[in-house]
Amino acid sequence: MNPIAAVFTQLVHLALVLAAAPLVVGGIRWLKARMMGRVGAHPLQPWRDILKLLKKRPVLAENASWISRAAPYAAAAAALAALALVPSFARGMAFAPLADLVLIAGLLALGRVALALAGLDVGTAFGGLGAAREMSFAALAEPALLLVALTFAILAGSTGLEAIAATFQDGAVGLRVSLVLALIALCAVAVAENARIPVDNPATHLELTMVHEAMILEASGRHLALWEAAAALRLTLWLALIAAVFFPVATAPAGFAPLGWITGLFAWVAKMALLCLALAAFESAIAKMRVFRVPEFLGVALLLGLLGGILLFVSTRLA
Amino acid sequence: MDGFQPGGPFCRAAVARKLVRRGNAILCAVLTALLLTLLGLLLLPLAAAAPLARGVAAAVVHGGSLAASVAFAGVALAALLTGGALPQPLPLAAPFGPMLVALDALSAWFLLLLGLAGACSALFALAHESQAPPRLLAAYPLFLGGMALTLVAADGLTLILGFEAMSLASWALVAADHAKPENRRAARLYLVFAALAAACLIPAIGLLAGAAGELGFEAIRQHPPRGWLAALILALVVAGAGAKAGLVPLHAWLPLAHPAAPSHVSALMSAAMTKVALYVAARLLLDLGGPAQPLWWGVPLVVLGAASAVLGALRANLEEEGKTLLACSTIENVGLVAIGLGLAACFRAADLAPLAALAAGAALLHALNHAVFKTLLFLGMGEVAHGAASRHLDRLGGLIHAMPWTAACVLLGAAAAASLPPLSGFASEWLLLQALLAAWRVGDLMFQLLILAVAALAALAAALAASAMVRFFGLVFLGRPRTPRAAGAEELPGAARLSLLLPAGLTVLLGLIPGPMLALGGEAQRILAREAMEGRAGLFTVAVGDGASRYWPIGIALLLAAAGVAVWAAVKRRAPSVARDITGEDSARGPAWDCGFAAPPQHLPFGDPVTQPSAAGLGQPLRRMLGQPALAAREAVTMPDPGTVAPARLDAGFADPSFALLLAPLAAAREAVVSRTERLRGLTIRQSLVLPFVTLVALLVLIAWMEGGG
Repeated sequence: MNPIAAVFTQLVHLALVLAAAPLVVGGIRWLKARMMGRVGAHPLQPWRDILKLLKKRPVLAENASWISRAAPYAAAAAALAALALVPSFARGMAFAPLADLVLIAGLLALGRVALALAGLDVGTAFGGLGAAREMSFAALAEPALLLVALTFAILAGSTGLEAIAATFQDGAVGLRVSLVLALIALCAVAVAENARIPVDNPATHLELTMVHEAMILEASGRHLALWEAAAALRLTLWLALIAAVFFPVATAPAGFAPLGWITGLFAWVAKMALLCLALAAFESAIAKMRVFRVPEFLGVALLLGLLGGILLFVSTRLA
Repeated sequence: MDGFQPGGPFCRAAVARKLVRRGNAILCAVLTALLLTLLGLLLLPLAAAAPLARGVAAAVVHGGSLAASVAFAGVALAALLTGGALPQPLPLAAPFGPMLVALDALSAWFLLLLGLAGACSALFALAHESQAPPRLLAAYPLFLGGMALTLVAADGLTLILGFEAMSLASWALVAADHAKPENRRAARLYLVFAALAAACLIPAIGLLAGAAGELGFEAIRQHPPRGWLAALILALVVAGAGAKAGLVPLHAWLPLAHPAAPSHVSALMSAAMTKVALYVAARLLLDLGGPAQPLWWGVPLVVLGAASAVLGALRANLEEEGKTLLACSTIENVGLVAIGLGLAACFRAADLAPLAALAAGAALLHALNHAVFKTLLFLGMGEVAHGAASRHLDRLGGLIHAMPWTAACVLLGAAAAASLPPLSGFASEWLLLQALLAAWRVGDLMFQLLILAVAALAALAAALAASAMVRFFGLVFLGRPRTPRAAGAEELPGAARLSLLLPAGLTVLLGLIPGPMLALGGEAQRILAREAMEGRAGLFTVAVGDGASRYWPIGIALLLAAAGVAVWAAVKRRAPSVARDITGEDSARGPAWDCGFAAPPQHLPFGDPVTQPSAAGLGQPLRRMLGQPALAAREAVTMPDPGTVAPARLDAGFADPSFALLLAPLAAAREAVVSRTERLRGLTIRQSLVLPFVTLVALLVLIAWMEGGG
């Protein structure tokens, strides 16, 4: 592996995803507004909001502990670290040997726990409500994610993202029913993990239906900016993950490949834009579920993961 | 970077043999030291009976236990580094042969775990239990000694002797606070399960010894069981060791008994005693049971382990008492270790030695990691019980302000239990999940389908554990105090704080060095799997499979730290006052917004308790989603008629299915048997004489048949 190329692609990747994260959130909001016939805020609005909030001093509750102060940094750091591992326009980044799907699930769990603890810190009703629901949804989403990882591990022989992306890009895997099932399961998990419709409504201000927003009700100023940034990074991470694994077209290979990098860059932007469009269309077409219908939604993801694994076992036996 | 220990397996084995030969003189000394420590532990209870002041007796007993635990850890570490000691006869002998002790790598690994847990617990006891009654002081060293004797036993009789000493001494500890009826009930149930474990393990060892009656492990290894005898031994050992380890469905005693004992004892029971039971299962099934067992040999452990993991983690989300919650989390972790051990047996049967080494390494590492962080959590809960005078989650809250050291240490332990990177719990669960993800390489379709379900259940258990730990930490340390007593809590400095800081530091350290730990336990993996994770466990990285999946704990820790610094620096560029987030001198404070709820009245200084999430409230989503099918959870709202002044009531709860499905039928069966056998009283003398005669003939026939068939 060319070390200079590895470090260079890693730095470009970090700059790219950091710039993209608020844009992804803003872009989806703008697209949804357009689909609903509204003008919509500028796609850069989340970026402006974060910059504005960063300048404001946070107001903490009287009984807030150091958890409230430290949790936003921990969550943002965990999301940033996880995003640094997911390949975007090129493979063979400097951190690629660290990139493992189970580890990324662990880093996401770290951010989730920080968020839930921050929700519980002040002892308000909504914070606790949101924390309990968030952790419960995750309990159903994680098995589905692991089953998807199992499908990948069988096909690629590893849970390393680099190896999975390389195997899928080579095309040796072909089109498989298991992969389609895995894609649907992964999308359902992504929707739940990012608190999107139909699991949660990111734009709601009706407290009883909130999950993610309920936990950061007490956050303000730069802490709120960090929570928003962490949520944007997480959404970008999931879209980048789906793009890297299922749509590896034109991703630049490892090593020094300037031409490949440029095509990869454009291809990645196009892929992310398409995924944002798909998410916006999906969210516009569907209504939010009742909270206790969410287990059924995630249960379907789990069953699809199981089915994908079973089909894979049977098909490798027949082949 | 990778080749932590250079050289091929052959060269390494030769070096190891040379080391053993050179170190044997030292190891004889080590074993002597170990036996002297054991003897010292046997003598320590005398201090409780001696006419000393109570404080002095407690200091002698707990100081002695601390010294013994440190000696155990030191001896175990020496044995792991030099390769282990050969069997030596104990000075006292049983009528039918010598009693042997040995310290091979597997024993040493578990002895290290016992030493670490025991040392932290003894430190805590020194700080908090100076007024312990003599019945507690007498039983504690015996408990410690019984566990150590089980671990170093090299023949069946010594093993049973140690195991029963451990069971009986811990029963005395569970029953120590017998004034409370629930503790008496817990102790009675505990004794029943201890008797069940003995009733299963003693015949199992007898069957392993065979007709020749050779009880030494070396002799048993020469003649591994076959056919139906092997199946019977498997069933007996899984039931016997499983009852002591808390495997489903024999787990009913655990959430009752662990909270009944004092905190340092619950820590030791949860961290070490369940592991000793797992050691017995590993020793009897994987080591003595022989390498040539078929694929199904490991399946019971995998299935029961998965069931335990999910049931324990789910119950931990519903329990409303701190130590009961932690005990349920112990059931979960015992289940995860059992999955690892069962997988190792299956992989070995399928000739997948590297995967067997991976599964065995994951099981051993998780046993050690769980022992450390569960000691931390139980001792932290003990500190809370002393400082805030309650263990009920609904009577605590806000303790992070009054007990900052305890809160920080428990947060580390809870994060490890929630398997968050880069702490110790994540390292071993990553290994276990990798073993599960590779298990499809066993060609059998039924086994592949089983593994698919087990992988989903293991991930479910890990996520449920994270939820349980957030609920635990949030209810105990965060929020507002729920009682005035919790508002006035305080923590002890000195030995009590050290007893929390020590396992907290170890939790972080073990998370960063899984590679060296796996290399240290290489010989133990070889005993279980016939191969070790050589070359795969480096100083900085652990690789599995053909090296494509890797875990770099130090790299991840550095990456997280760098990301944290980067976030902080980015915030600082925009907001110069950000330093206050670290020093805490943030001046902008106000009442909690809480969506505009009105401030509480004057007579409620910590706010209205009912506006804060309760233990039942935080458990509600999971009780509804998973509790109803798995634990028969119920929720009923009784609304009074309009116009009446009766309060509305929410009745929520759950029932563990093992009570209804296992214990109740067993109790009914016992009643039936007792009423039948009552008829024996009415027999005539002739009939009474026929009974022993028939029994005698039956036993002779059995012996004749076994000698002919075996």
